[in-house]
Amino acid sequence: MWRYAIPVVLLAVLGVFLSRGLTLNPTYVPSPLIGKPAPEFNLPALKDPSATVGSDVFEGQLSLLNVWATWCVGCRQEHGFLVELARSGGIPIYGLNWKDDRDTALQWLDRLGDPYVASAVDADGGVAIDWGVYGAPETFLIDTDGTVLYKHIAPLTAEIWRDRFVPIITEKCGTFPCPQGGPGRQGFDQSE
Amino acid sequence: MSSFLTQFEIFAGSRIRLSFALTALTLLAVVGGAQPPETLSDPALDARYQALIREVRCLVCQNQTIADSNADLASDLRREIREMLVEGASDGEIADFLVARYGDFVLYRPPLQPNTWALWGGPAAMVLIGLIVFARVMRSRSGQPLDDDELDEERGAMP
Repeated sequence: MWRYAIPVVLLAVLGVFLSRGLTLNPTYVPSPLIGKPAPEFNLPALKDPSATVGSDVFEGQLSLLNVWATWCVGCRQEHGFLVELARSGGIPIYGLNWKDDRDTALQWLDRLGDPYVASAVDADGGVAIDWGVYGAPETFLIDTDGTVLYKHIAPLTAEIWRDRFVPIITEKCGTFPCPQGGPGRQGFDQSE
Repeated sequence: MSSFLTQFEIFAGSRIRLSFALTALTLLAVVGGAQPPETLSDPALDARYQALIREVRCLVCQNQTIADSNADLASDLRREIREMLVEGASDGEIADFLVARYGDFVLYRPPLQPNTWALWGGPAAMVLIGLIVFARVMRSRSGQPLDDDELDEERGAMP
């Protein structure tokens, strides 16, 4: 009897939706920034408040912008990986120190290592809003022309780096790390 | 506050009670101090502000509006909205500002656009399908003899 099949089909459809729902992360909000130019900013640098860090640092090389703060537990979790990533020299990492205390932030970098080429101080959170940040840590991958390529919300791990970031970088450059490293100020020392 | 304290002092009439009162008042001041009054001096602007912040989702605590939320991000967004209102931004401009940064999800009432058709039309479609099914079942049942299965069910027999 075909009509007995209807509830079975409906149940199956419901089952598909529900099982899909189990694997979705409701706290993940896709960023409308992907594929758009990185929001501009010009903020004091963490280490030297008289200097500034601006969105122009992203030009000419693939780079990462990592939103971090010392009050953020996830940032502590990913910090070791960031230090490792910075040491490997594959890609320059810039920091956005989000609504943090300057002294505590400096101590944190002193104690745990500083993976950042530079950290910009977003004391009042205004730049974080421009970047659509709603929780730290968040990590943006930014193209050589300043376009946002990817955003990862939650702590970075070696697996996430390998599975999500490296394919995009490889697609852009052919290899990872980018062979010429971009004409960037950072430069990639292949001998290391 | 000082006049209140003086009255309280007279009322309590004891230094111990006064110290309790002072402690309580200090605590109140601390708790209250966490949230300075966030209003705009222009009543019309303030009305728009109050309405707007009840339409914006706090992304840290997703089932709260930024009006309800104590989250740091919510207070930053409220500040941003106040600043934009004072600068003369329209409600639409403020909504666009938020959507450009956080996506449609930030609005409690998402706009009607191709990727939200299912969201807005879904409930009506469900009701429509239900009505069609209901009408068909009613029509097929009226005046038609029961088929074998239904007869079995009527008799309470095993199918």
